[in-house]
Amino acid sequence: MAGTGGKNINLKLKVWKQNGPNDKGQFLNYEAKNISTEMSFLEMLDVMNEDLINQGENPVEFDHDCREGICGTCSLVINGQAHGPDRGTTTCQLHMRRFKDGDTIAIEPFRAKAFPVIKDLVVDRSAFDRVIQSGGYVSTNAGNAPDANSILIGKEVADEAFNAAACIGCGACVAACKNASASLFVSAKISHLALLPQGAAEREKRARNMVAQMDEEAFGACTNTGACSAACPKEISLENIALMNRDFAKGSAKNRS
Amino acid sequence: MSYLSSTIGRKQVVGIAGLGLCLFVLTHMLGNLLVFVSPQAYNEYGHALTSNPLIYIAEAGLIAIFLGHIILALCLSMKNKAARPVKYAVNAEGEKSTSFVTKTMKHQGIVILVFVVWHLYTFKFGSFAPEQFEVQYGDVVMRDLYRLMVEVFANPMYVAWYVFAVFILGYHLSHGFSSAIKTLGFSHPKYDDKLTKLGWLYSALVTLGFASQPIYVFLSNQ
Ligand code: FES
Repeated sequence: MAGTGGKNINLKLKVWKQNGPNDKGQFLNYEAKNISTEMSFLEMLDVMNEDLINQGENPVEFDHDCREGICGTCSLVINGQAHGPDRGTTTCQLHMRRFKDGDTIAIEPFRAKAFPVIKDLVVDRSAFDRVIQSGGYVSTNAGNAPDANSILIGKEVADEAFNAAACIGCGACVAACKNASASLFVSAKISHLALLPQGAAEREKRARNMVAQMDEEAFGACTNTGACSAACPKEISLENIALMNRDFAKGSAKNRS
Repeated sequence: MSYLSSTIGRKQVVGIAGLGLCLFVLTHMLGNLLVFVSPQAYNEYGHALTSNPLIYIAEAGLIAIFLGHIILALCLSMKNKAARPVKYAVNAEGEKSTSFVTKTMKHQGIVILVFVVWHLYTFKFGSFAPEQFEVQYGDVVMRDLYRLMVEVFANPMYVAWYVFAVFILGYHLSHGFSSAIKTLGFSHPKYDDKLTKLGWLYSALVTLGFASQPIYVFLSNQ
């Protein structure tokens, strides 16, 4: 897997090892040797794990799936930064050319009460799924398939909705937030429906229900710090949080139960 | 879930209360600037405020806003703390990190609370001098707040503490002002930058306005 144009480096890794949800967990020191700078961060971990397996030791567990920055499965806090040092980048798209020979890299799981560690660097992010479920349905006309473009949507609105919909639900916003708040994620999910006419009917009720679930899952509150947006691989804007705040207030005012 | 038990509802109440306090702080600062006009103007302004029967309603409202701001902010801060029971071993640096001002909002709040209590003790209820200073303009006898202030600010330690506290207040407001407005749902790429700058401008004005009084009085005492 060695690269063609890159060079090879050796790294010291401080990796969080935790046997299960109830284990206390600790940092263990590992070495990653002969790593091509053209590898991704996850490939570097693959090499380290191969070495560990060859030595008869337990590999380090971490989450990954698409490895092309679109599924939101990879995670990791690398030297204190969710998805590592680059902006707009998932861990799977982070490359080892960002590191120097001899560097020590600390690798931790996303830490939040709502994201309990399953093992090592793998955390349970199903709280996000429950927030999505609490959003409920979108009313739509049944019957024949509607004509394409029968609902006109302005370009600006479509762009804005699309920007919010770009959220891949990785949880980096929670990991980066000093309060482990899920505001950026929840607001992106609220916005991408709220901005479109198809999502307008249940707009405020949806905001109310999703915020209630967010609070239930023990995420913290938003301090408008902006670390979430800086850590977001899709660079979701803080503007969405303001929209969520607005819709939530309106939804609460109109709520009759 | 009720509005007031939700994180966003609480944040919004903290924000509204905070903005109310911002308004109070601004008028208080402007009133203080009368020190540069004359002792009489300063004293008469104070007298006009405290002799108005509506002052009790205003004070009760102010206390309620202040307590609401503090109590709900503390509730939120506890929830935030509980949301991350295990801390990171390495703290982020660079743009993915948290600004110092937002990390220390609670600590700034504690300094401000101590300052406010002490401040009320000194200037409102305090028995700094054995007798209340009084002064007479025409027929009206009133508290000589100006003299009280001059005597209090003769102490360099008090001046230093006062200036420090109003800087912390300004620091608190430099984030609080724009953050409160965002929490209420106003954020847009068109004006976000201006809003942040307005918050800084407001905080700088309040801080300098408040700090100018003790420094001026102290220096002109020398
Ligand atoms: S593995 Fe799919 S986004 Fe990283």
